[in-house]
Amino acid sequence: MRNRMWITLALLLVVPAMLFSASCAKKAVAPTPKVEKKATTDEAAKKAEEEAARQRALEEQRLREARQAREEFVNEMIHFAFDSSALDATAQEILKKKAAYLQAHPDVRVIIEGHCDERGTVEYNLALGERRAQAAKTFLVNLGIDPNRLETISYGEERPLDPGHNEAAWAKNRRDQFVIK
Amino acid sequence: MKIRCRSAVFAAMMLLLVLAPGVSRAGYDYVDISNPFLRKIPIAVPQFKSFSGTPEEMKRARSSSQLLAETLAFTGYFKILDPASFLFDPQKDGIVAPRINFKNWTTVGAELLITGGLVQTAGLVEMELRLYDTFKEKLLLGKRYKGALADQRRIIRRFCSEVIYKLTGHRGIFGSKIAFVSTTSGNKEIYTCDFDGYRPHKFTNNRSINLTPMWSSDGKWIAYTSYAKGNPDLYIKNVREKRGTVVARKGINISPCWVPGRFELSATLSFTGDQEIYLLTGRGKIIKKLTNNRGIDVSASWSPDGKKMAFVSKRSGTPQIYIKDIVTGRVRRLTYEGKHNTQPNWSPKGDRIAYTAIADGEINIRVIGVDGNGLIQLTEGQGDNESPSWSPDGSLIVFSTNREGPSRLYVMTSYGTDQRRLLEMPGEQSEPNWSPNIEGP
Repeated sequence: MRNRMWITLALLLVVPAMLFSASCAKKAVAPTPKVEKKATTDEAAKKAEEEAARQRALEEQRLREARQAREEFVNEMIHFAFDSSALDATAQEILKKKAAYLQAHPDVRVIIEGHCDERGTVEYNLALGERRAQAAKTFLVNLGIDPNRLETISYGEERPLDPGHNEAAWAKNRRDQFVIK
Repeated sequence: MKIRCRSAVFAAMMLLLVLAPGVSRAGYDYVDISNPFLRKIPIAVPQFKSFSGTPEEMKRARSSSQLLAETLAFTGYFKILDPASFLFDPQKDGIVAPRINFKNWTTVGAELLITGGLVQTAGLVEMELRLYDTFKEKLLLGKRYKGALADQRRIIRRFCSEVIYKLTGHRGIFGSKIAFVSTTSGNKEIYTCDFDGYRPHKFTNNRSINLTPMWSSDGKWIAYTSYAKGNPDLYIKNVREKRGTVVARKGINISPCWVPGRFELSATLSFTGDQEIYLLTGRGKIIKKLTNNRGIDVSASWSPDGKKMAFVSKRSGTPQIYIKDIVTGRVRRLTYEGKHNTQPNWSPKGDRIAYTAIADGEINIRVIGVDGNGLIQLTEGQGDNESPSWSPDGSLIVFSTNREGPSRLYVMTSYGTDQRRLLEMPGEQSEPNWSPNIEGP
C-alpha cells in the first residue's frame, strides 16, 4: 500500500517534469537557426530527389507502356484462312487496336507485310500476299488512318514464321505482319 | 578434209562426216508418237572400241559409251540393255555392218544397236558412231566427229540428237537448258543447267529473294522476280551479256512469261491497286492491259502461236485456269475439276496444258487438253509436286517435288512415267523453267 503511494507520487512528479523538459527542449532549439536551415535544405533536397525518382518511375512506366504498346503493335499479327484475304472478326478487333495506336502516335509509319503458307504456287502466293496486306491497309484507312502512313509489301510464301509442313505451321504463316518504319 | 579445232568454244569445232550416204527414213515409226513411252525400245550401247588400245583411250571409250547410254536413257524412249549380257568384245568384234553378228544382238533383245569407236591424239578425240536396226541388219545412221577432249559430251549429245531425229522426226532436247531457283548459297538465287542437270551455273548473285525465272523463246533472255531492291520487281536480263531492264512499279511486278517468237512478255503488275496481267515490251514498257477483273490475275502462259494466253484468275471464287483469245478478246474457263488450279504451262505442240492442282491434301501435276478434254494426273501419292514446265519437244516435263523431304527438281515423260531426280546440289531447288533448244547440241 505504501509502495503504491510512492509510485503514484513519483508519477505525479515525474510526468509534469517530463512535459516541462519537453517544452523546455523546444525552446532551447529555437535559437539555433543554422541547424534548422540545414535541416530544411536536406529535407528539400530529399523531397526533390523523391519527386525526381517518382517522375523517373513514372517516365519509366510511361516508356515501358509505350514500349509494350509498340511491341504489341509489332508483334500482334492478323491471320487468314487458306487462300483468303478476308478479315475475320478477330483480325478486325486487332486492326481496331492498331488504328487506335496509330491515332495516338501520328509520327509512326508502318509497312504491312502480307504472307502466305507454302501451299499454292509462288506467283499466286505473291499475289495473294499482296491482297492480304491491302485488305489490312484498306481497313485502317477506313478507320481514319492516313494512307500515306501505310505501305504494303507481299512476301508470298518466302518468309514463313514456322518452317513446318502441317496445318499448325500453315495457320501461323498465313498472316499480315506490321513493321514500324 | 580436215578442220583443226582450236578451243572448246562451241562454234564450229566439230568435223562431221556422214558415213552412209543419205539413209532414208525408216519405213515405219520406231517411236509411236501417240504414246511413245508405252513401250520403250530396247537398245544396246556396248562399250566403244579404242582404235589405238592405249589405257587412256580405252578409258575414254568406256566413259563415252556410258555417257551416250545415259543421254539416250534421259529421253525416256529407250530401255538401255545391261552390257553384262552382251556377247561382245569391242576390241575384237566388229563395229561396222558386215562384221557385226546381229544374231548376238537380237538374242539379248536389242532392236537397236549403237556401236562406236574412237581415237584420242594430242588433246583431240575422233569418234565414229553408228546406229543399227538389228532385225533388219541395217545401218540407220552413221556419223564421225572430231573435237577437243572437252567436247566429248557435246559430240555425244549431237549424235543423240541425230538418233532422236532419225527415230521421231524432231530434234529433241539436247540443246536446251533449265533455269531454276536454288537455296544453295543460303538465299534463293537463280541458276541454269543443261537439260540433263549437268553444269549448274549461278545466274543471280544478290543475296535477296529471286523467283520464277522464264526463258524467252530464243533463249537469249531470262525474266524473273527479285527483291534485290526490297520490293518484288521484274528483271529482264540478257543471258550472255547480263544487261537488261528492271520493271519496278509500285506494288508487285511478278509472274513474267514471254510471248513465243517475240521480244515481248506478259507480267502481273499492281501499280493501279488492282492486280492485272499486262503485255510489255522486252524493255519493260507497257503495251496494253490483257485482263480486266478485280482480284488475282496471275501466271500467264502463251500458246506456241502467241495468239492465246492461259492464266490463273480467282474471278469465280477459287483460283482456276482461263484461256484468253488475244485476237477476239474472248475469255473461257479451262479447269472445272478441283478448287485450286494454278501455274498453267502450255505444251510446245500447243494441244495440252500442264498445271498444278491442290486437291485432297496433295499438290499434283495434271495435264488437260486445250479444249478441256483428256484431263490426266501425272503425279500421285509422292509428296507435293509443282511448277511443271515442258521440254522444247514436248516429250518431257520438269517439275519440283518434296517427295524426298526437301524440294528437288524431277523430270518425267509427258505421260507421267520415268519420274527421276534431275540434279544433285545442296539446298532446295524449285520453280524450274525449260528453255527452247538454244545451242546446237
